[in-house]
Amino acid sequence: MAWIKTINYRKVILFLVLLLPFLALFFKDFGANPIEYLIRYTGDWGYRILLLTLAVTPLRRLTGWHKLAQYRRMIGLFGFAYIALHLFIYIAVDQGFAWDEIVKAIIKRPFITFGMAGFVIMIPLAITSWNRMIKWMGGRNWQRLHRAVYVAIFAGAVHYYMMAKADKFEPLVYGGILAVLLLMRLVPLPNLVDKFKRKA
Amino acid sequence: MVMNKHYPSSDLPTLPASEVTPESIYTNWQADRRQFLARSTQLAVGVGLGGLITPRSSHAALDNLQPLTTTKSPWSTDEKPTDYDKVTTYNNFYEFGTDKSDPQKTAKNFNPTSWTLAIDGMVEKPFTLDLDQIRKFAPLEERIYRMRCVEGWSMVIPWVGFSLAKLIDRAKPMGSAKYVAFTSLADAKQMPALGDKVLQWPYVEGLRLDEAKNPLTLMAVGLYGKTLPGQNGAPLRLVVPWKYGFKGIKSIVRISFTDAEPPSSWNRYAAREYGFYSNVNPTVDHPRWSQATERRIGEFSRRKTLMFNGYGDQVASLYTGMDLAKYF
Repeated sequence: MAWIKTINYRKVILFLVLLLPFLALFFKDFGANPIEYLIRYTGDWGYRILLLTLAVTPLRRLTGWHKLAQYRRMIGLFGFAYIALHLFIYIAVDQGFAWDEIVKAIIKRPFITFGMAGFVIMIPLAITSWNRMIKWMGGRNWQRLHRAVYVAIFAGAVHYYMMAKADKFEPLVYGGILAVLLLMRLVPLPNLVDKFKRKA
Repeated sequence: MVMNKHYPSSDLPTLPASEVTPESIYTNWQADRRQFLARSTQLAVGVGLGGLITPRSSHAALDNLQPLTTTKSPWSTDEKPTDYDKVTTYNNFYEFGTDKSDPQKTAKNFNPTSWTLAIDGMVEKPFTLDLDQIRKFAPLEERIYRMRCVEGWSMVIPWVGFSLAKLIDRAKPMGSAKYVAFTSLADAKQMPALGDKVLQWPYVEGLRLDEAKNPLTLMAVGLYGKTLPGQNGAPLRLVVPWKYGFKGIKSIVRISFTDAEPPSSWNRYAAREYGFYSNVNPTVDHPRWSQATERRIGEFSRRKTLMFNGYGDQVASLYTGMDLAKYF
């Protein structure tokens, strides 16, 4: 039973936590328009989880807990999975694979253009997310490619803002969180844990 | 207010009038801030708890609705009406919240027992009606209409009401009257989302006089054989079945006749997206989505949207010679 010792229990817990929004679907009432509900629900959770990936670096700096970085891949892949589900429900269930309509929408409707662009940008990031790829590409190239996640999430934020009919409150709150997470990369962040320890 | 009460008035530091924030801006800003904090808290709690846990939506208390006696109408469709539960839980009524599941919760106690409807403007006989007079104004008919929302979904709803034309006949519009303007109630005490200022309140809508006189245009006082629930626009609302649903202004307090095209709330918010006419038209897309198809609530696949929502025989002649892509 030596293999049990090699399991990282923190990762198992994180996996289950990130799966929770999906599992919660089995207990929910989807209301009068279940397809619209599912599209919004998966889009919301994908966006939230992708924002969480952007919180890893600032948190590392603020806490000095550098091991956090090893959880980022799983968070990112879950974000991608929820967005992929969001897109799949739109294509398969909402549009019933009416490809001509879907292509027209991607070209003519800016909010769909932005959403689609965000998803497409994430595909190579998801494909190159495993360790062997990092080695094969070289750390620096890999990192350069993965900076594209900023563009992808920004496209998602625009997609959400443009989709909202009149009440832009939630898109603006999430956009504000995104802006703060990006700005935190531009300024030097103090290690709060160290400071606290020194004082104590 | 901000000034310190303990100063004798003569010791008050003086500020040039130009530097004093006008009270309206100050109080507006405060109200906005409070609203912002309240909504942020709701959002945080919603994501943390509601987002994952809240299992079932609460159904509105509908037992205080009164049954209405109706006759059948030749204008009714024979399509299957959308479930009562869905008609009363999936509502756009922004005065009660911008989420479609909000009004069923926040409007469940909105069951006005006193109401005044004013009919005025360019008419020979302006008059007012109270709630009882509204419900007894004319024999009530059941009219089963298709309802197509501008967002791309539709329902079939058995309304109870009478033709708006009957109200218009009694008011006797003057020759100069060309339009009818409608105004909703805007009462912050009863409508919790008025403070969000998503739209400019009160909600207003308008029709051309000939559209208003069309026999299909309905003043609805009920649905499914009972008085209207709060979330559907109690105690009376407009139903114009060949136009997008938002033209069907809810909880009306005033109907006024004018010679100029009246404002419409959604048009005022985004003129590019929501025209004054807003006739259902599968060939004229909304700038952000196609209007060619719709999802009938309760059905899986989308269906094709019909010109004038299928009411072309009755209303197409109103728009002869008009470019409907321009006057959308």
